[in-house]
Amino acid sequence: MQFISYLINGISLGSVYAIIALGYTMVYGIAKMLNFAHGDVIMVGGYMVFIFMVNLGLPAIVSIVLAMAVCTVLGIVIETVAYRPLRGAPSLAVLITAIGVSYLLQNLALLIWGSTPKSFTSVVNMEPLRLAGGQLVITGESIVTIGVCIVVMVGLSLFINRTRMGRAMLAVSEDKGAAQLMGVNVNGTIMLTFAIGSALAAVAGALLCSSYPMLLPTTGSMPGIKAFVAAVFGGIGSVPGAMLGGILLGIIETLSKAYISTQLSDAIVFSVLIIVLLVKPTGILGKKISEKV
Amino acid sequence: MGLKNLGRTSRKNLVTYLIAVLAFVILEGMVLTGNISNMLEGQLVPICAYVIAAVSLNLTVGILGELSLGHAGFMSVGAFAGALFSVSMEDTITVTWLRFVLALIIGAVAAGAMGVLIGIPVLRLQGDYLAIVTLAFGEIIKNVLNAVYLGVDENGLHFSMKDSIALGLSENGKVLIKGAQGIVGTPRDSTFIWGFALVMLTLFIVLNLIKSRTGRAVMSIRDNRIAAESVGINITKYKMIAFSLSAALAGVAGVLYAHSFSSLVASKFDYNLSIQILVFVVLGGIGSIRGSMIAAAVLTVLPEMLRSFSEYRMLVYAIVLIVMMIFNQSPKMVEWRKRVFAGRLKGAGHNAAKKGGA
Amino acid sequence: MALLEVSNLGIAFGGLQAVDKVDLRLEQGGLYGLIGPNGAGKTTVFNMLTGVYKPTEGDIILDGKNITGKPPATISKAGIARTFQNIRLFGGMTVLDNVKVGLHNQVKYSTFTAVLRLPPFFEREREMRGQAMGLLKIFGLENDAKQMASNLPYGKQRKLEIARALATNPKLLLLDEPAAGMNPSETEELMETVRFVREHFGITILLIEHDMSFVMGLCEQITVLDYGRIIAAGTPEMVRNDPKVIAAYLGG
Repeated sequence: MQFISYLINGISLGSVYAIIALGYTMVYGIAKMLNFAHGDVIMVGGYMVFIFMVNLGLPAIVSIVLAMAVCTVLGIVIETVAYRPLRGAPSLAVLITAIGVSYLLQNLALLIWGSTPKSFTSVVNMEPLRLAGGQLVITGESIVTIGVCIVVMVGLSLFINRTRMGRAMLAVSEDKGAAQLMGVNVNGTIMLTFAIGSALAAVAGALLCSSYPMLLPTTGSMPGIKAFVAAVFGGIGSVPGAMLGGILLGIIETLSKAYISTQLSDAIVFSVLIIVLLVKPTGILGKKISEKV
Repeated sequence: MGLKNLGRTSRKNLVTYLIAVLAFVILEGMVLTGNISNMLEGQLVPICAYVIAAVSLNLTVGILGELSLGHAGFMSVGAFAGALFSVSMEDTITVTWLRFVLALIIGAVAAGAMGVLIGIPVLRLQGDYLAIVTLAFGEIIKNVLNAVYLGVDENGLHFSMKDSIALGLSENGKVLIKGAQGIVGTPRDSTFIWGFALVMLTLFIVLNLIKSRTGRAVMSIRDNRIAAESVGINITKYKMIAFSLSAALAGVAGVLYAHSFSSLVASKFDYNLSIQILVFVVLGGIGSIRGSMIAAAVLTVLPEMLRSFSEYRMLVYAIVLIVMMIFNQSPKMVEWRKRVFAGRLKGAGHNAAKKGGA
Repeated sequence: MALLEVSNLGIAFGGLQAVDKVDLRLEQGGLYGLIGPNGAGKTTVFNMLTGVYKPTEGDIILDGKNITGKPPATISKAGIARTFQNIRLFGGMTVLDNVKVGLHNQVKYSTFTAVLRLPPFFEREREMRGQAMGLLKIFGLENDAKQMASNLPYGKQRKLEIARALATNPKLLLLDEPAAGMNPSETEELMETVRFVREHFGITILLIEHDMSFVMGLCEQITVLDYGRIIAAGTPEMVRNDPKVIAAYLGG
């Protein structure tokens, strides 16, 4: 029973990672860049939900929608101001800029909200589910998180494969130049990708802070990095890969916390990354991208 | 013409050495005459450590063209290996300089070996993987060192991941690493003179390496991997040389740093420190060794002197990173600068970050 | 024995057979051309010969040594050098240093020697410099030695790429569209240079080119590829009049 309970916690945490990993993987697939600041957009999302819900007393769902709106705008601003001028620049430059943006968001948050942690009120108002005569308790947060993750995944897959804009995204990720020639608005598509990724980050922020109710300017960075690990794990650029990688990583982290060591769980998660890269550099569902000579 | 060209590079390098010597003479003069604030005096050795760290990171970022976000991790490995040696040998080797030199060698070898270990899986890969794996490595090192307990008594070394009591030491046993509290009682063997000497040694190694067959091989990989392979450069070998040397020098910086304070904790060498060193490199100019040296020294001293500024320091760093990158690397800006400074542009540096793209 | 013997060479990307059953036989000292419409697989053949791609079928024998599927650096050491269709210089390095990188396996000393600046360092560097300047002079680049490679005009970049390839002391030089983007007088000059290189270094040259007057005027033997297969081979005269070649170029 204990094990199943850990497993469910793991899947729940993994679902958050999966939602964040989607943002990484979509941006990587389309803009071929590692958006280091993605984790910090989660943090901004968390603070926004906090402000709307706790400070302004709005209902949880309205707060999340508003936070999504703010993060979407933030994502678009970051893309336009910091990343777009560097399109075509060496990847090292783009990467350093992304780190700069990540740092900027963290330190702005530090100046605005200070370094004292805010205790977050859960956005989920749901009784825990008690199974097996009360031996197995599944929190409302876990149920909602897993549910949201499934909805997001299905919705996103449908969007990408069934809509015009989604197919434009696929086209840009395959070949930017060709997509442009076929009349796809490349800049618009990249912006849309950032918008979707950032909106999802807000959702992830709300869910993350509901399960782990401590909100700090650095709240997003570790989950962000781990979600990136999840994206690499599953195969960067692949949407189902992000889901698979996220959930596996969540399970690994939770189980190693439970059975090995709390202190070493992060080390274990990162070791998984190194091992994956050693054994299968393209991740579980990724495909090889080779340079044209 | 041959001598003239060699002369030009040597002159450039000579200026770099001279700046280091001059800074040392001025600061040492201030120390000897007592014209130095306590705060600055306390920062002298750490400044040297940061300079070494920045110069060595530039070897990876500017010369090899790969982004490492775990440089602090290599410093940490060096610091712990060196300090562990000094603490356990404090009574055995009483000659301070000998003990410190041995500590330096051990720290450099440990960090360099770690560089090889990390490099083997990662350097085969292309793209942004090195950045993320070095970041992961930094976190692993920090977490593991935070959890390690190590002690010694007449029965030998004792190791635990739980606490000091679990070590089961005898009465005259000594705890060497105390988990999150790290190493306590490191002999303060490093001095400003040592720091200066190590800065000079680092400059000597790195500058000589860059202007050599090896350095050119490394830079050719940075500029165009496929072309480098096509002229017979062994990519993995030269990536490995640059990366592990960079790690080893970071280890030296770590040893130097560790021996200027009596206590050493792993959490000091976190992601933030790695980023801070990266800021030195970017600000000093990617690929410019002299720039890294100056940026590391100035950016360590300035915030200490301008206390009111320290709150905004990280914010300013972040903005500077973004602005520098867009100004230096954006294709439009590059074109604009080429137009405006046509003819005057020597091209140094602005191509340094170029990777083997199509 | 021929310098290069390629038999039954083929590669498939996924389900697509990009190159199929290609045979080539290059005699020592010859000047050969490889032509064909866009997408015929010419550069892919180059990429297989130089180890960028691993062939899925066939053998590549250089000077009696099987080099099929070997990594690019090994093939370079075995004696094949190349230039690229989209120029690939070391942009952040000087013109001179670009050629010195080409000399990497010709003039050697250890990293240890370099860091400590031991006497062999100065000796070898002087030697390297002499050889590199010699090569630059052949291509009229000696006055640009200290320029950044990325700042050279287009025509000179192409020349530098050839100089760098020659620095590796190859037996076989592969040129991928050396005349692309050049005006007629530059092309004329390039033809002279290619002839000179062949004579002076006594090497074998295989080149891909779209400029027909260039190929026809320069090469002794021409192989024509279409859809990854050889459709014709022979002297320029034979190839020019081959109905299959005419059909391929007219899109028939």
